[in-house]
Amino acid sequence: MSVAERAGTVADASGRGAAFASPSAGEAATVVEPLIFEASAPGRRAVRFPQPSERARRVATGQPDLPAGSLRATAPRLPEVSELDLLRHFNRLSQLNHAIDLGFYPLGSCTMKYNPKVNEWAAALPGFAASHPVDPAASSQGSLELEWLLGELLREISGFAAVSLQPAAGAHGELTGMLMTRAYHRANGQGETRTRVLVPDSAHGTNPATASMVGYETVTIRSNERGGIDLDALRATLDERTAALMITNPSTLGIFEDQIDAVLSAVHEVGAIAYMDGANLNAILGRFRPGEAGFDVMHFNLHKTFSTPHGGGGPGAGPVGVGERLVPFLPGPQPILAEGDPDTVRRNAWAGRSTPGARFALEEPGSRPESIGRVRMHTGNFGMFVRAYTYIRSNGGAGLRAVSDDAVLAANYLRVRLADAYDLPYDRICKHEVVFSGRRQKRANGVTTLDIAKAILDHGIHPPTIYFPLIVEEALMIEPTETESLETLDRFVEAMHEIADRAGSDPGSLRRAPVTTPVGRLDEAGAARRPDLRHAFGETGAE
Amino acid sequence: MAYSPHTEADHRRMLDAVGVVSIEDLFADIPPAVRADRFAVPPPLTEQEVRGELSRLAGRNVLPRVSFLGAGAYRHLVPAVVGEVIGRAEFATAYTPYQPEVSQGTLQSIYEFQSMVCELTGMEVASASHYDGATATAEAALMACRLTRRDRIAVSSAVHPQVREVLRTYCSGPGIEIVEVPAELAEGGSGLTAPDAAASVLDDDVACLVAQQPNFFGGIEPMRELGEAAHVVGAQLVALVEPTSLAILEAPGGYGADIVTAEGQPLGIPLSFGGPYVGLMAARMASVRQMPGRLVGATRDAQGRKGYVLTLQAREQHIRREKAASNICTNQALCALAATAYLSAVGPDGLREVAQLSMTQARHTAAALEEAGLGERRFTAPYFAEVAVRVPGAARRHAALLERGILAGHPLWTDYPDLDDTLLLAATELTTDDDIAALVDALEATR
Repeated sequence: MSVAERAGTVADASGRGAAFASPSAGEAATVVEPLIFEASAPGRRAVRFPQPSERARRVATGQPDLPAGSLRATAPRLPEVSELDLLRHFNRLSQLNHAIDLGFYPLGSCTMKYNPKVNEWAAALPGFAASHPVDPAASSQGSLELEWLLGELLREISGFAAVSLQPAAGAHGELTGMLMTRAYHRANGQGETRTRVLVPDSAHGTNPATASMVGYETVTIRSNERGGIDLDALRATLDERTAALMITNPSTLGIFEDQIDAVLSAVHEVGAIAYMDGANLNAILGRFRPGEAGFDVMHFNLHKTFSTPHGGGGPGAGPVGVGERLVPFLPGPQPILAEGDPDTVRRNAWAGRSTPGARFALEEPGSRPESIGRVRMHTGNFGMFVRAYTYIRSNGGAGLRAVSDDAVLAANYLRVRLADAYDLPYDRICKHEVVFSGRRQKRANGVTTLDIAKAILDHGIHPPTIYFPLIVEEALMIEPTETESLETLDRFVEAMHEIADRAGSDPGSLRRAPVTTPVGRLDEAGAARRPDLRHAFGETGAE
Repeated sequence: MAYSPHTEADHRRMLDAVGVVSIEDLFADIPPAVRADRFAVPPPLTEQEVRGELSRLAGRNVLPRVSFLGAGAYRHLVPAVVGEVIGRAEFATAYTPYQPEVSQGTLQSIYEFQSMVCELTGMEVASASHYDGATATAEAALMACRLTRRDRIAVSSAVHPQVREVLRTYCSGPGIEIVEVPAELAEGGSGLTAPDAAASVLDDDVACLVAQQPNFFGGIEPMRELGEAAHVVGAQLVALVEPTSLAILEAPGGYGADIVTAEGQPLGIPLSFGGPYVGLMAARMASVRQMPGRLVGATRDAQGRKGYVLTLQAREQHIRREKAASNICTNQALCALAATAYLSAVGPDGLREVAQLSMTQARHTAAALEEAGLGERRFTAPYFAEVAVRVPGAARRHAALLERGILAGHPLWTDYPDLDDTLLLAATELTTDDDIAALVDALEATR
């Protein structure tokens, strides 16, 4: 099957049924908001820049000219718009989005909690926003101290020996963790014999994809009937070829791995690395510290657990924590406390004071010869560090513990309240999210989970994650987070009940949903078959 | 918890509904042996206290009065309207647009971003964004390996040192070998990558040649000839470019680049100590199935309304798992939106003015130092907006100028030990004649 056909199948599996008009069928589409290019008129301007001075122009001519062959012949067709038209265009576009700041967003695995506004205030402080990443350390003590302090807080929260802030997202943290794993095994002379990474069948797609990027083969381990990892299957697969086990805990089913000690011992017995996907850390703050429990490496998602905004898909930040044996392999350079007593510096910072004589720096190049090196430029998505640091300090230890308490309570509340209407394949106490199945509605009424999700949109609520984890038929993965009021949770319960009722009484209306959104279900298969990935500027024959 | 909506009564009602006595019961599944022993995170702060703490830290950064520092991150005007656009909560607090019916704002803005990146680069398809310019370049090199089924890459030594480090890191896992093409950095050298030097390391095992335009030293590389040297052996040209320069310099599609990457920070994104920035990637349509990262495509709904969706997802990890083109999931969407708003705000004329003024002021800077006998250009080649200048006693004087609030560029010997006494000076449209005069005066004073 070609990639296009496969993409079509995927979309068909979820978007079946709808009769889409073919874009080539002649009739022009109705446009909700024109492209910004269509507001363009030659010579229209939003921003102007000064002209160079007479002197600048004169002395510059003495410098070597750009070679004629290196110059651009035609200007890029960027839009030419007024500032007001620009603003209205993007403001209108923004109004086509659902967002946390507009309504409930129980998207499982994504931790769509409130993004506090004081975090934005902090990130915009000129001392941070105008700080150049290549500034000498003497000029950037504030940025370096913040990075060092955030690393200290993440260490305490996770129980790891050290933290690297560099990775830009969760998947980037996974890549960093697996590159360190490979470097560790190579340092032990086992780099080429340990070739396999074990991944449970409930894992995020990024886990196997990461293993492949590092040159590892993925072996899938099945889950047991309780939703945990099948210990016998794991033990039977672990051997001297195993480089690592990557698991998410709590799992993508929202279930804490209650045999975690046995899992970790089995992994370590064969000399493999235990990787924890930290996507679900929001469930266990103050309750379970993965480093202390024996994991070797974990990535944090600052854009999930620590409230930095998702931005429509990013930026995030995916720091990694590591146990002692991976410390030499951490990416570099690390922000360090070069002079001063760490206890004193921490104590002062927690009291809002600077420590006289303390000096922060980046590690000297080559100071850790076994380091995997840089995984990105500079020291990380610093703006996200400012927000996460602000969030952690605002909550404090007690507040972070309460975050997990309330996240878990809310998920269990929905678990109990919705169990009459939807199938619950793993009916046990969950952590921060709960996974239902729409199989009852599918079998009885021919209504799929996709239909249910689209009907939720008509209630002004973002649907849960659907069709994931893969081991649950017609999965609906619900993560309410700790910042939603009981009234909001109850409204969601009502909406889900209304939809379950309608699945019986009027299933056709669910298949036609959504009807209140700016556009209806879109022809995804057609989009993949005839890719239209950029504005054509009226050219003929453009894709 | 700082942002809890729950009253005591709410808690009670929820616990009762769940059928447990206390919240502790909900954590009974964590085996006692692995429960947290400690959690010594400092106590909570009120908003005014947390503002005090963050102001303390921000205040410890010393922003230079005058700066000629670039080296991969540039101080440009960020039009106020750009901040207004990305500050919209509907953009900032949305997730990845997995439900297109309620994500058309994000999706259409990404389609506009892809269109603008194609225009700038002269390429046929652009991805929805990468973490930064360096990771985009590393992903491009891996993509070239997949496209050519080869496992060596060549990179010019005039590519940003941090980008080369990231390439090494990404290639270390799968064991892809990297060969370096030495640029002409010796005394009296051009500061460029010679096509002959590239040709001598390129053979039919090499997947791609990675070159930067303008290169790390600001020099204008012979990209067309470098591309030809790569294409002769069936290798690809990966061009890492600076986006504002594309208003003046030839679009990479024109000189035969196969994959184009860029650090998008100059397009309306604050310096913010190195991130978040945005990596750009563009390629030819024929290569799209091997392209990493999200793509947005136009389509329509059953009523014939035009709409946008994430498409060609069969390249991606959530569909293909271990067979995906990359593991990338979260990208830098809001920064891509900033770049889209920036490019819309400046338009083609504004972008050309930014490029032209940056270039003029860089030349003005070099000429002023030469005129005053304070330094001389280290390389002979024409340059864009960054220039390597040899200044006797540069280490001492760089430090002395910093004391006076003047940041005299990037000390090149920290990356290239042979480039002693050489400073890499960057100018942008924000560099004023007074800044240049201040640099000259301060260097005079430290003779």
